[in-house]
Amino acid sequence: MLLYTFTMGFLGPVPAMPIINESIRNLYFHVTMWMGMLVLMLVNAIYSIKYLSSSKSYFDIVAEESSRMAMVFASAGLITGMVWANYTWGAPWVNDPQLNGTAATMLIYAAYFILRNAIPDEIKRAKLGSVYSIFAFVMMFVFIMVIPKMNDSLHPGKGGNPGFNKYDLDSNMRMVFYPAVIGWTLLGTWIMSIRVRTKLIENKISA
Amino acid sequence: MNPAGQIIHLIKLEARLEWKNRQAITSLIVYSLASIYISYLAFRQALDPITWNALFWIIMLFAATNAIAKSFLQESKGLQLFYYTTLHPQSVILAKTIYNILLLSFLGGINFIIYSILFECPLANIGQYIGGLFLGAIGLSSTLTFISGLVSRANNNVALIAILGFPLLFPLLLMILKYSSNAMNGVSWEANQQLFFILIALNAMIIMLSYLLFPYLWRE
Repeated sequence: MLLYTFTMGFLGPVPAMPIINESIRNLYFHVTMWMGMLVLMLVNAIYSIKYLSSSKSYFDIVAEESSRMAMVFASAGLITGMVWANYTWGAPWVNDPQLNGTAATMLIYAAYFILRNAIPDEIKRAKLGSVYSIFAFVMMFVFIMVIPKMNDSLHPGKGGNPGFNKYDLDSNMRMVFYPAVIGWTLLGTWIMSIRVRTKLIENKISA
Repeated sequence: MNPAGQIIHLIKLEARLEWKNRQAITSLIVYSLASIYISYLAFRQALDPITWNALFWIIMLFAATNAIAKSFLQESKGLQLFYYTTLHPQSVILAKTIYNILLLSFLGGINFIIYSILFECPLANIGQYIGGLFLGAIGLSSTLTFISGLVSRANNNVALIAILGFPLLFPLLLMILKYSSNAMNGVSWEANQQLFFILIALNAMIIMLSYLLFPYLWRE
């Protein structure tokens, strides 16, 4: 399973490189980063709920590590997006609902880590962290799923802008795009699972 | 006692404690008056509507944070233990939320009056705006009450409330700003209706979430 993840994770994004030398190539990186981030956040929320209903520390470790990876993906997606926006919109940051949602999401998860670090007691930390992250996930969901739908966004495919899938995303690109989504997501979960295992071993050694 | 009775009883108790310790609520009022006056001195002119609205909600946000921060933090360990042994956790969080909604609506009303006296009030539709004010107060106080309960379990650090609460309030504040600037520009009720109901739904969701999650905080 790990080997499979490994090959997919690295092979996924690779075919993206020789494709057209245009800003659309960012589709393979920027968009897939967000997909990976959303999946990891979903993992975080699910494992937080699982932790609350069972209080096994394994679930909490998974929840923490998945949100950490989500944060990495969020930063990567933000940076790729900013580079892209700098060429396409002329500025790295514009007042766009999706960008605001991202900023809020990153602040929320930063707050999640601060909360966790502020509590010395492990069980309490796990419990409060889970409660906060469930609350946060729902609010974040409202933010990045509901609000952008209500406002016009500068992003392609929103507010009258032409979307990728209208003419750009021909079958050739789809062939790369979907594996790229899966590849990045698997890469994220793979790193996460390694970190979870390391944590578990560390816990065993210290115990 | 049944849960509804407990809630009413707790709200009465909170109100009586507040009345006994009037200095707390006076200091809140003075705090928001001072922040309004500081912004008045800083701007010294009539504001354009967008700034008017934004400034008002920023003042409300800080007033709310200060008002609600104390709702769990001021309680002694002994009182918490007493609550813990005698009451349902759900009735505690609901009672606190309802009480804070009342407190914040009161505070928001005072803020609104003073604010519109000092700064020229450009409101086209006061009724709608006040409706928005009330919804905002519900959203702010329910979120912050929950966060305050969470922080009281952590280490009673007041700064943590702002760090944890503000990002969670972004969606609410964005919608309330949009709704209230619509109300200010005199957009018809039909056009603004949708936002109004979305806000109600969001508030209901926040209250439901804190109702569901609070018992997990309570058990220690």
